[in-house]
Amino acid sequence: MTDNSSNAPTAMERFIQGILPENPTYRQLLGLCPTLAVTNGLKAALTMAAATGFVLLCANVMTSLIRGLLKPHLRIVVFTLTIATFVTIADRFLAAYLYDMSKTLGPYIPLIIVNCIIICRCEVCASKQSVWVSASDAVGQSLGFALGLSSIAIVREILGTGMIFQFRILPVQWPDWVIMVLPPGAFFTFGLLLAVVNRLTEPGKK
Amino acid sequence: MNYIIDITLIALSAAIINNFVFYYFVGICPFIGVSRKVDLAFGMGCAVTFVICIAAFISWTFTAYILMPGAPLSSWIAGFFTSPEQAAGIDLSILSYIVYIFAIASSVQFVEMYLRKAFPMLYKSFGVFLPLITTNCAILFACLTIMSKVAGAENPAEAWDLGRALTLAFFGGVGFTISIVIMSGIREELELCDVPKPFRGAAITLIIGGIMAMAFTGFTGVDAGLKKAMTQEKPVVQAVMKEKSMEKGSAL
Repeated sequence: MTDNSSNAPTAMERFIQGILPENPTYRQLLGLCPTLAVTNGLKAALTMAAATGFVLLCANVMTSLIRGLLKPHLRIVVFTLTIATFVTIADRFLAAYLYDMSKTLGPYIPLIIVNCIIICRCEVCASKQSVWVSASDAVGQSLGFALGLSSIAIVREILGTGMIFQFRILPVQWPDWVIMVLPPGAFFTFGLLLAVVNRLTEPGKK
Repeated sequence: MNYIIDITLIALSAAIINNFVFYYFVGICPFIGVSRKVDLAFGMGCAVTFVICIAAFISWTFTAYILMPGAPLSSWIAGFFTSPEQAAGIDLSILSYIVYIFAIASSVQFVEMYLRKAFPMLYKSFGVFLPLITTNCAILFACLTIMSKVAGAENPAEAWDLGRALTLAFFGGVGFTISIVIMSGIREELELCDVPKPFRGAAITLIIGGIMAMAFTGFTGVDAGLKKAMTQEKPVVQAVMKEKSMEKGSAL
Protein backbone atom coordinates (compact mmCIF):
# COMPACT_ATOMS: atom_id res chain seq x y z
CA MET A 1 0.00 0.00 0.00
CA THR A 2 2.76 2.42 0.88
CA ASP A 3 4.79 2.49 -2.33
CA ASN A 4 5.08 0.35 -5.39
CA SER A 5 8.79 0.56 -6.18
CA SER A 6 10.60 -2.35 -4.56
CA ASN A 7 13.82 -0.81 -3.23
CA ALA A 8 12.45 2.52 -1.97
CA PRO A 9 12.94 3.00 1.78
CA THR A 10 9.93 2.41 3.98
CA ALA A 11 8.36 4.99 6.24
CA MET A 12 10.38 3.90 9.26
CA GLU A 13 13.66 3.89 7.34
CA ARG A 14 13.00 7.38 6.05
CA PHE A 15 12.19 8.56 9.56
CA ILE A 16 15.49 7.20 10.93
CA GLN A 17 17.50 8.45 7.97
CA GLY A 18 16.37 12.00 8.51
CA ILE A 19 17.69 12.14 12.06
CA LEU A 20 21.33 11.13 11.70
CA PRO A 21 22.49 9.47 8.46
CA GLU A 22 20.97 12.17 6.29
CA ASN A 23 20.87 14.96 8.84
CA PRO A 24 19.74 18.07 6.92
CA THR A 25 22.21 20.34 8.69
CA TYR A 26 25.40 18.30 8.86
CA ARG A 27 25.11 15.83 5.99
CA GLN A 28 23.06 17.65 3.36
CA LEU A 29 24.07 21.23 4.30
CA LEU A 30 20.57 22.51 3.63
CA GLY A 31 18.79 25.42 5.23
CA LEU A 32 21.94 27.16 6.38
CA CYS A 33 20.45 30.62 6.85
CA PRO A 34 18.44 29.78 10.00
CA THR A 35 21.21 27.42 11.13
CA LEU A 36 23.58 30.35 11.39
CA ALA A 37 21.18 33.18 12.12
CA VAL A 38 18.97 32.07 15.00
CA THR A 39 21.36 29.84 16.93
CA ASN A 40 22.63 32.44 19.39
CA GLY A 41 20.16 31.10 21.94
CA LEU A 42 18.67 27.66 22.49
CA LYS A 43 15.15 29.00 22.90
CA ALA A 44 15.16 30.79 19.56
CA ALA A 45 16.71 27.76 17.88
CA LEU A 46 14.04 25.41 19.23
CA THR A 47 11.22 27.76 18.23
CA MET A 48 12.70 28.02 14.77
CA ALA A 49 13.02 24.24 14.51
CA ALA A 50 9.42 23.80 15.64
CA ALA A 51 8.12 26.31 13.11
CA THR A 52 10.16 24.72 10.32
CA GLY A 53 8.98 21.26 11.39
CA PHE A 54 5.35 22.34 11.27
CA VAL A 55 5.73 23.83 7.81
CA LEU A 56 7.70 20.83 6.57
CA LEU A 57 5.10 18.36 7.82
CA CYS A 58 2.14 20.28 6.40
CA ALA A 59 3.85 20.96 3.08
CA ASN A 60 4.93 17.34 2.70
CA VAL A 61 1.46 15.99 3.46
CA MET A 62 -0.18 18.51 1.15
CA THR A 63 2.26 17.85 -1.69
CA SER A 64 1.77 14.13 -1.27
CA LEU A 65 -1.99 14.53 -1.45
CA ILE A 66 -1.86 16.48 -4.70
CA ARG A 67 1.05 14.59 -6.26
CA GLY A 68 -1.18 13.10 -8.98
CA LEU A 69 -2.15 16.56 -10.20
CA LEU A 70 1.36 18.06 -10.40
CA LYS A 71 2.62 19.17 -13.78
CA PRO A 72 6.41 18.84 -14.07
CA HIS A 73 7.16 22.41 -15.17
CA LEU A 74 4.87 23.97 -12.58
CA ARG A 75 5.74 21.84 -9.58
CA ILE A 76 8.33 24.16 -8.00
CA VAL A 77 5.86 27.06 -8.11
CA VAL A 78 3.17 24.86 -6.56
CA PHE A 79 5.59 23.75 -3.80
CA THR A 80 6.60 27.32 -3.05
CA LEU A 81 3.04 28.58 -2.87
CA THR A 82 2.03 25.69 -0.61
CA ILE A 83 4.96 26.41 1.67
CA ALA A 84 4.23 30.15 1.68
CA THR A 85 0.67 29.47 2.83
CA PHE A 86 1.80 27.35 5.77
CA VAL A 87 4.54 29.81 6.67
CA THR A 88 1.93 32.55 6.86
CA ILE A 89 -0.05 30.37 9.28
CA ALA A 90 3.03 29.71 11.42
CA ASP A 91 4.00 33.39 11.38
CA ARG A 92 0.54 34.57 12.46
CA PHE A 93 0.45 31.90 15.18
CA LEU A 94 3.80 32.98 16.60
CA ALA A 95 2.83 36.64 16.46
CA ALA A 96 -0.37 35.86 18.37
CA TYR A 97 0.92 33.52 21.07
CA LEU A 98 4.69 34.05 21.32
CA TYR A 99 5.01 37.71 20.49
CA ASP A 100 8.50 38.18 21.99
CA MET A 101 9.85 35.17 20.16
CA SER A 102 8.27 36.38 16.94
CA LYS A 103 10.06 39.73 17.41
CA THR A 104 13.39 38.00 18.10
CA LEU A 105 13.18 35.74 15.07
CA GLY A 106 12.01 38.64 12.93
CA PRO A 107 12.42 38.06 9.20
CA TYR A 108 13.74 34.53 9.65
CA ILE A 109 10.24 33.08 10.10
CA PRO A 110 9.06 34.24 6.65
CA LEU A 111 12.43 33.12 5.29
CA ILE A 112 11.34 29.53 6.02
CA ILE A 113 9.61 29.82 2.63
CA VAL A 114 12.96 29.70 0.87
CA ASN A 115 14.47 27.13 3.23
CA CYS A 116 15.96 24.54 0.90
CA ILE A 117 15.12 21.62 3.21
CA ILE A 118 11.41 21.92 2.61
CA ILE A 119 11.55 22.29 -1.17
CA CYS A 120 14.10 19.47 -1.29
CA ARG A 121 11.88 17.11 0.71
CA CYS A 122 8.81 18.02 -1.37
CA GLU A 123 10.75 17.34 -4.55
CA VAL A 124 12.64 14.21 -3.48
CA CYS A 125 10.08 12.48 -1.31
CA ALA A 126 6.59 13.93 -1.05
CA SER A 127 5.92 14.32 -4.77
CA LYS A 128 6.52 10.59 -5.29
CA GLN A 129 5.46 8.86 -2.08
CA SER A 130 2.24 8.24 -0.20
CA VAL A 131 1.03 10.49 2.60
CA TRP A 132 2.20 8.22 5.41
CA VAL A 133 5.74 7.86 4.05
CA SER A 134 6.17 11.55 3.39
CA ALA A 135 4.78 12.49 6.80
CA SER A 136 7.26 10.25 8.59
CA ASP A 137 10.02 11.58 6.34
CA ALA A 138 9.05 15.12 7.33
CA VAL A 139 9.07 14.29 11.04
CA GLY A 140 12.47 12.62 10.75
CA GLN A 141 13.97 15.51 8.81
CA SER A 142 12.62 18.10 11.21
CA LEU A 143 13.96 16.18 14.21
CA GLY A 144 17.34 16.09 12.46
CA PHE A 145 17.08 19.82 11.80
CA ALA A 146 16.17 20.48 15.44
CA LEU A 147 19.16 18.40 16.52
CA GLY A 148 21.49 20.35 14.22
CA LEU A 149 20.18 23.73 15.34
CA SER A 150 20.22 22.95 19.05
CA SER A 151 23.75 21.49 18.96
CA ILE A 152 25.06 24.74 17.52
CA ALA A 153 22.90 26.85 19.81
CA ILE A 154 24.06 25.02 22.95
CA VAL A 155 27.74 25.59 22.14
CA ARG A 156 27.20 29.23 21.25
CA GLU A 157 24.99 30.07 24.20
CA ILE A 158 27.20 28.37 26.79
CA LEU A 159 30.42 29.91 25.50
CA GLY A 160 28.84 33.27 24.79
CA THR A 161 26.90 33.85 27.99
CA GLY A 162 27.85 31.00 30.33
CA MET A 163 24.17 30.20 30.72
CA ILE A 164 21.56 28.08 29.06
CA PHE A 165 17.82 28.79 29.52
CA GLN A 166 18.90 31.19 32.33
CA PHE A 167 20.67 28.37 34.20
CA ARG A 168 24.30 29.16 34.82
CA ILE A 169 26.48 26.34 33.52
CA LEU A 170 29.89 27.91 33.66
CA PRO A 171 31.18 29.72 36.78
CA VAL A 172 30.49 33.42 37.18
CA GLN A 173 34.19 34.19 36.68
CA TRP A 174 33.84 32.90 33.12
CA PRO A 175 34.65 35.74 30.74
CA ASP A 176 31.80 35.71 28.20
CA TRP A 177 33.02 35.09 24.70
CA VAL A 178 30.89 37.78 23.15
CA ILE A 179 32.12 36.83 19.70
CA MET A 180 30.20 33.56 19.98
CA VAL A 181 26.80 35.26 20.03
CA LEU A 182 27.83 37.66 17.26
CA PRO A 183 27.69 36.64 13.58
CA PRO A 184 31.31 35.36 13.32
CA GLY A 185 30.72 32.91 16.17
CA ALA A 186 28.02 31.21 14.13
CA PHE A 187 30.42 30.55 11.26
CA PHE A 188 33.16 29.28 13.57
CA THR A 189 30.92 27.02 15.64
CA PHE A 190 29.21 25.49 12.65
CA GLY A 191 32.49 25.03 10.77
CA LEU A 192 34.16 23.31 13.71
CA LEU A 193 31.15 21.11 14.51
CA LEU A 194 30.91 20.16 10.85
CA ALA A 195 34.56 19.12 10.89
CA VAL A 196 33.98 17.07 14.05
CA VAL A 197 31.00 15.32 12.43
CA ASN A 198 33.04 14.67 9.28
CA ARG A 199 35.85 13.19 11.39
CA LEU A 200 33.49 10.90 13.31
CA THR A 201 31.70 9.62 10.24
CA GLU A 202 34.81 9.26 8.10
CA PRO A 203 34.59 6.13 5.95
CA GLY A 204 37.23 3.51 6.65
CA LYS A 205 37.35 4.28 10.35
CA LYS A 206 35.14 1.68 11.94
CA MET B 1 19.80 67.17 1.11
CA ASN B 2 18.28 65.02 3.83
CA TYR B 3 17.15 62.60 1.18
CA ILE B 4 20.65 62.22 -0.23
CA ILE B 5 22.07 61.54 3.25
CA ASP B 6 19.39 58.95 3.81
CA ILE B 7 20.10 57.22 0.50
CA THR B 8 23.85 57.20 1.16
CA LEU B 9 23.37 55.69 4.59
CA ILE B 10 21.01 53.02 3.30
CA ALA B 11 23.45 52.14 0.52
CA LEU B 12 26.50 51.95 2.80
CA SER B 13 24.62 50.00 5.41
CA ALA B 14 23.25 47.46 2.93
CA ALA B 15 26.49 46.95 1.03
CA ILE B 16 29.10 46.86 3.78
CA ILE B 17 28.06 47.50 7.36
CA ASN B 18 25.10 45.15 7.54
CA ASN B 19 26.26 42.92 4.71
CA PHE B 20 23.58 40.42 3.70
CA VAL B 21 25.89 37.44 4.00
CA PHE B 22 28.00 38.31 7.02
CA TYR B 23 25.49 40.15 9.14
CA TYR B 24 22.08 38.68 8.30
CA PHE B 25 23.24 35.25 7.05
CA VAL B 26 20.99 35.36 4.02
CA GLY B 27 22.25 33.83 0.80
CA ILE B 28 24.56 31.42 2.58
CA CYS B 29 23.69 28.51 0.29
CA PRO B 30 25.17 30.07 -2.90
CA PHE B 31 27.95 31.53 -0.74
CA ILE B 32 29.03 27.99 0.11
CA GLY B 33 27.98 26.33 -3.14
CA VAL B 34 28.88 28.64 -6.02
CA SER B 35 31.95 30.42 -4.68
CA ARG B 36 34.55 28.24 -6.39
CA LYS B 37 35.52 30.35 -9.41
CA VAL B 38 35.77 34.13 -9.39
CA ASP B 39 34.05 34.67 -12.75
CA LEU B 40 31.18 32.34 -11.94
CA ALA B 41 30.75 34.00 -8.54
CA PHE B 42 30.72 37.42 -10.16
CA GLY B 43 28.10 36.31 -12.68
CA MET B 44 26.00 34.84 -9.91
CA GLY B 45 26.29 38.06 -7.92
CA CYS B 46 25.18 40.11 -10.92
CA ALA B 47 22.21 37.84 -11.60
CA VAL B 48 21.16 38.02 -7.95
CA THR B 49 21.53 41.82 -7.91
CA PHE B 50 19.40 42.09 -11.03
CA VAL B 51 16.69 39.82 -9.63
CA ILE B 52 16.73 41.64 -6.27
CA CYS B 53 16.13 44.96 -8.04
CA ILE B 54 13.18 43.62 -10.05
CA ALA B 55 11.71 41.85 -7.01
CA ALA B 56 12.16 44.97 -4.86
CA PHE B 57 10.37 47.09 -7.45
CA ILE B 58 7.47 44.65 -7.63
CA SER B 59 7.25 44.17 -3.89
CA TRP B 60 7.40 47.89 -3.15
CA THR B 61 4.64 48.58 -5.68
CA PHE B 62 2.45 45.80 -4.37
CA THR B 63 3.02 46.69 -0.72
CA ALA B 64 2.34 50.38 -1.14
CA TYR B 65 -0.68 50.13 -3.42
CA ILE B 66 -2.32 46.80 -2.61
CA LEU B 67 -1.09 44.96 0.46
CA MET B 68 -0.56 47.42 3.30
CA PRO B 69 -3.46 48.39 5.56
CA GLY B 70 -5.59 50.99 3.81
CA ALA B 71 -3.64 50.77 0.57
CA PRO B 72 -5.15 52.97 -2.16
CA LEU B 73 -5.83 50.42 -4.89
CA SER B 74 -7.34 47.70 -2.73
CA SER B 75 -9.53 50.11 -0.79
CA TRP B 76 -10.73 51.64 -4.08
CA ILE B 77 -11.74 48.20 -5.34
CA ALA B 78 -13.27 47.25 -1.99
CA GLY B 79 -15.27 50.50 -2.10
CA PHE B 80 -17.50 48.97 -4.77
CA PHE B 81 -18.57 46.18 -2.45
CA THR B 82 -18.54 47.54 1.10
CA SER B 83 -19.13 50.74 2.99
CA PRO B 84 -16.40 53.41 2.71
CA GLU B 85 -15.29 52.94 6.35
CA GLN B 86 -14.75 49.24 5.86
CA ALA B 87 -13.02 49.82 2.55
CA ALA B 88 -10.56 52.28 4.08
CA GLY B 89 -9.49 49.78 6.72
CA ILE B 90 -8.87 46.88 4.37
CA ASP B 91 -5.72 44.95 5.19
CA LEU B 92 -4.30 42.39 2.81
CA SER B 93 -0.87 42.13 4.43
CA ILE B 94 -1.54 38.49 5.31
CA LEU B 95 -1.11 37.70 1.62
CA SER B 96 2.27 39.42 1.40
CA TYR B 97 4.51 36.32 1.64
CA ILE B 98 2.63 34.55 -1.12
CA VAL B 99 2.73 37.63 -3.35
CA TYR B 100 6.46 38.18 -2.78
CA ILE B 101 7.48 34.62 -3.50
CA PHE B 102 5.34 34.67 -6.62
CA ALA B 103 6.99 37.91 -7.76
CA ILE B 104 10.44 36.45 -7.15
CA ALA B 105 9.71 33.19 -8.93
CA SER B 106 8.37 34.97 -11.98
CA SER B 107 11.25 37.44 -12.17
CA VAL B 108 13.74 34.57 -11.96
CA GLN B 109 11.89 32.90 -14.81
CA PHE B 110 12.15 36.14 -16.77
CA VAL B 111 15.90 36.45 -16.16
CA GLU B 112 16.36 32.83 -17.16
CA MET B 113 14.57 33.32 -20.47
CA TYR B 114 16.51 36.50 -21.18
CA LEU B 115 19.89 34.92 -20.42
CA ARG B 116 19.12 31.87 -22.55
CA LYS B 117 18.40 34.11 -25.53
CA ALA B 118 21.06 36.78 -25.00
CA PHE B 119 24.01 35.06 -23.29
CA PRO B 120 23.86 31.31 -23.97
CA MET B 121 27.40 30.80 -22.65
CA LEU B 122 26.66 32.42 -19.28
CA TYR B 123 23.37 30.53 -19.14
CA LYS B 124 25.18 27.21 -19.59
CA SER B 125 27.79 27.95 -16.95
CA PHE B 126 25.08 28.73 -14.38
CA GLY B 127 23.35 25.43 -14.97
CA VAL B 128 21.20 24.44 -12.05
CA PHE B 129 22.08 27.50 -9.99
CA LEU B 130 19.89 29.85 -11.97
CA PRO B 131 16.52 28.40 -10.94
CA LEU B 132 17.96 28.14 -7.44
CA ILE B 133 18.08 31.94 -7.26
CA THR B 134 14.35 31.65 -6.49
CA THR B 135 15.24 30.02 -3.20
CA ASN B 136 18.00 32.50 -2.45
CA CYS B 137 17.05 33.99 0.88
CA ALA B 138 18.72 37.31 0.06
CA ILE B 139 15.96 38.26 -2.37
CA LEU B 140 13.05 37.44 -0.12
CA PHE B 141 14.92 39.11 2.74
CA ALA B 142 15.19 42.34 0.74
CA CYS B 143 11.45 42.20 -0.02
CA LEU B 144 10.64 41.63 3.66
CA THR B 145 12.85 44.50 4.79
CA ILE B 146 11.15 46.79 2.32
CA MET B 147 7.77 45.60 3.55
CA SER B 148 8.65 46.32 7.17
CA LYS B 149 9.87 49.80 6.21
CA VAL B 150 6.80 50.62 4.12
CA ALA B 151 3.92 48.99 5.96
CA GLY B 152 5.50 48.77 9.40
CA ALA B 153 6.59 52.41 9.66
CA GLU B 154 4.99 54.00 12.70
CA ASN B 155 4.97 57.45 11.17
CA PRO B 156 3.55 57.50 7.61
CA ALA B 157 6.00 60.25 6.69
CA GLU B 158 8.91 57.92 7.47
CA ALA B 159 7.70 55.16 5.16
CA TRP B 160 10.21 54.38 2.47
CA ASP B 161 9.62 55.56 -1.06
CA LEU B 162 10.57 53.63 -4.18
CA GLY B 163 14.01 55.25 -4.40
CA ARG B 164 15.01 54.07 -0.92
CA ALA B 165 13.66 50.59 -1.59
CA LEU B 166 15.61 50.26 -4.83
CA THR B 167 18.76 51.60 -3.16
CA LEU B 168 18.52 48.96 -0.47
CA ALA B 169 17.94 46.25 -3.07
CA PHE B 170 20.73 47.27 -5.41
CA PHE B 171 23.37 47.79 -2.74
CA GLY B 172 22.28 44.68 -0.91
CA GLY B 173 22.98 42.83 -4.13
CA VAL B 174 26.32 44.61 -4.45
CA GLY B 175 27.19 43.56 -0.91
CA PHE B 176 26.30 39.98 -1.75
CA THR B 177 28.48 40.16 -4.87
CA ILE B 178 31.38 41.61 -2.87
CA SER B 179 31.26 38.86 -0.29
CA ILE B 180 30.86 36.00 -2.77
CA VAL B 181 33.68 37.30 -5.02
CA ILE B 182 36.09 37.70 -2.09
CA MET B 183 35.20 34.22 -0.95
CA SER B 184 35.74 32.68 -4.37
CA GLY B 185 39.13 34.38 -4.63
CA ILE B 186 40.17 32.84 -1.33
CA ARG B 187 38.83 29.45 -2.35
CA GLU B 188 40.76 29.50 -5.62
CA GLU B 189 43.94 29.87 -3.56
CA LEU B 190 42.71 27.25 -1.14
CA GLU B 191 42.73 24.60 -3.87
CA LEU B 192 46.51 24.58 -3.56
CA CYS B 193 46.56 24.22 0.21
CA ASP B 194 46.75 21.09 2.27
CA VAL B 195 43.58 21.33 4.33
CA PRO B 196 43.07 18.68 7.06
CA LYS B 197 40.70 16.06 5.74
CA PRO B 198 37.66 16.65 8.00
CA PHE B 199 37.77 20.35 7.17
CA ARG B 200 37.70 19.92 3.40
CA GLY B 201 34.73 21.41 1.57
CA ALA B 202 32.13 23.29 3.53
CA ALA B 203 33.82 23.30 6.95
CA ILE B 204 36.87 25.34 5.93
CA THR B 205 34.63 27.64 3.89
CA LEU B 206 32.58 28.34 7.00
CA ILE B 207 35.67 29.06 9.08
CA ILE B 208 36.99 31.47 6.46
CA GLY B 209 33.52 33.01 6.36
CA GLY B 210 33.80 33.50 10.12
CA ILE B 211 37.12 35.30 9.78
CA MET B 212 35.66 37.51 7.06
CA ALA B 213 32.59 38.17 9.20
CA MET B 214 34.94 39.30 11.97
CA ALA B 215 36.55 41.73 9.56
CA PHE B 216 33.14 43.05 8.58
CA THR B 217 32.11 43.50 12.24
CA GLY B 218 34.78 46.20 12.25
CA PHE B 219 32.35 48.41 10.36
CA THR B 220 29.73 48.25 13.13
CA GLY B 221 28.55 51.69 14.13
CA VAL B 222 30.01 53.45 11.11
CA ASP B 223 26.50 54.26 9.86
CA ALA B 224 25.44 55.79 13.18
CA GLY B 225 28.63 57.85 13.29
CA LEU B 226 28.22 59.00 9.71
CA LYS B 227 24.61 59.99 10.30
CA LYS B 228 25.62 62.04 13.32
CA ALA B 229 28.43 63.64 11.37
CA MET B 230 26.33 64.42 8.30
CA THR B 231 23.48 66.04 10.20
CA GLN B 232 25.83 68.33 12.13
CA GLU B 233 27.49 71.46 10.76
CA LYS B 234 30.14 71.39 8.09
CA PRO B 235 33.57 71.51 9.87
CA VAL B 236 32.69 68.59 12.11
CA VAL B 237 31.53 66.63 9.09
CA GLN B 238 34.86 66.94 7.36
CA ALA B 239 36.83 66.12 10.48
CA VAL B 240 34.79 63.02 11.23
CA MET B 241 34.74 61.94 7.59
CA LYS B 242 38.53 62.22 7.47
CA GLU B 243 38.81 60.20 10.65
CA LYS B 244 36.45 57.55 9.28
CA SER B 245 38.29 57.29 6.00
CA MET B 246 41.59 56.94 7.85
CA GLU B 247 40.03 54.23 9.99
CA LYS B 248 38.80 52.43 6.91
CA GLY B 249 42.18 52.79 5.23
CA SER B 250 44.00 51.28 8.17
CA ALA B 251 41.39 48.52 8.53
CA LEU B 252 41.87 47.48 4.96
